[in-house]
Amino acid sequence: MTGGQLLLNGLAAFLTLCIFSFLYRDNPFYKFAERLVAGVATGYWTMLLFHTNFVPVVWNRLAHDGRYEYIIPTMLGLMMWTRFSKKWSWVSRYSIAFYIGISSGITITLSLYASLFRQLEATINQPLTFDAAGISSFLIIVGVLSALVYFFFSAAHKGSMGVISRIGIYVIMIGFGAGFGMTVMGRIALLVQRVIFLRGYVNSLTAFFGG
Amino acid sequence: MRFLEQMMKIDRRWIYLAIGLAVIIPAIIPFTVPVPVSKEVKNVHDFVENTDSNNPLFLAMDYDPSSMAELNPMAEAILKHAFSEDRKVIIVTLAQFGPGMVEEITTRIGKEYNRQYGVDYAFLGYRPYPAITIMLMGTDFRVPFPQDYYGTPLDSLPIMQGVKNFNNVRGVIDLTAGNTADMWIVYGNGRFNFPLAIGITGVMAADYYQYLQSDQIFGIIPGVKGAAEYEQMIGKPGQGKEQVSYQLVAHSVIILFIVMSNVAYFATRRQKKTIGGAQ
Repeated sequence: MTGGQLLLNGLAAFLTLCIFSFLYRDNPFYKFAERLVAGVATGYWTMLLFHTNFVPVVWNRLAHDGRYEYIIPTMLGLMMWTRFSKKWSWVSRYSIAFYIGISSGITITLSLYASLFRQLEATINQPLTFDAAGISSFLIIVGVLSALVYFFFSAAHKGSMGVISRIGIYVIMIGFGAGFGMTVMGRIALLVQRVIFLRGYVNSLTAFFGG
Repeated sequence: MRFLEQMMKIDRRWIYLAIGLAVIIPAIIPFTVPVPVSKEVKNVHDFVENTDSNNPLFLAMDYDPSSMAELNPMAEAILKHAFSEDRKVIIVTLAQFGPGMVEEITTRIGKEYNRQYGVDYAFLGYRPYPAITIMLMGTDFRVPFPQDYYGTPLDSLPIMQGVKNFNNVRGVIDLTAGNTADMWIVYGNGRFNFPLAIGITGVMAADYYQYLQSDQIFGIIPGVKGAAEYEQMIGKPGQGKEQVSYQLVAHSVIILFIVMSNVAYFATRRQKKTIGGAQ
């Protein structure tokens, strides 16, 4: 590792420790690192959008390729900037209306198909056989129906409805438990990755100054 | 009982310290943990394995550095697997802070396996609005991406010859830390019906198994454990496998805290009830 790389990694190690310092209490080092991230991120994204999106997708197509149909989305985009003017902000509503209209048309049909109908189909088509797969299918059907009953508020949860909704809440709790376990794994992974980075940095420092 | 009462009032910073120490132990004393391979991760591995070398894989790396701890090991394992088996890979990112990170990984692993940019792999770059970008790519990759990340027109890249849209790729693997997984499922698989697998963070994993059961996706790589499984299958241990030993110690400490807190809670509650009854 060169001296320059070591210096950059040192800066990364310092910022990592600044962020971790919040675990003890809020402090100026944490605030500095937090605001640095916000500033760098904003600058990076703005320039990235301009050079890798606006230039090839809008500017080059209009100015070099003669694709004048791109004037329409460009105009709709420019109209959004009128939101900064009290007098002309109403113009931006046409762009928003256009966007909402198209997104709703696409989203409603595809979301219903992919998130509801395909799931219903998969639940209905569960094979109920006397083997491990059959038991799994049975549990899926019981889990779906009982969880649905738990959220059915048009009848009192008494008697058989009460028993089924009670099973439903257990199913939901098992789901939350699985989610929590996976969340712990994810959060620990973030910490572990930084610890591995810091260990690597300390090893690099030792190698640089020791050898 | 006094100890249990103190447990109920413990300062959260002691818990942070305990977790911090638990994570440092495997860094000082490294050890390995066996990783059993699950069917959903094996499906992704087999899909890459059985891909024709002329039929490119489409890899969407829709995450940014804040999730690289969990998703970089997956990306590296898939790219190493694909490159070592001479598979072609087309890469995009639909995450706003992803491009620099994705470029670093693809270039590094491409060099490691002597892969030629433009012939064996290509990085198309980043576009905002994932749903719109996915739908446009379903028409033609050249509509949202007239050029690759480096400004080369797609028609000039040998890997893109004869590749118009999702019909011309083997399938899509989406590595994501956000709702782009939903968008690939709804607007990608739902609209264009291509084979789709997802690699996701641990936080998201429990919410996506339902799509496996309905065959809307053929595989899931869940968090670092999934990455470790993939590394195990290709025989190239990396950060995923390394992280599992850390996870074991940290999870053990968290479980210990949960058990102790529950014992303390029920014991102190019983004591309060007894005192209340005596009054």
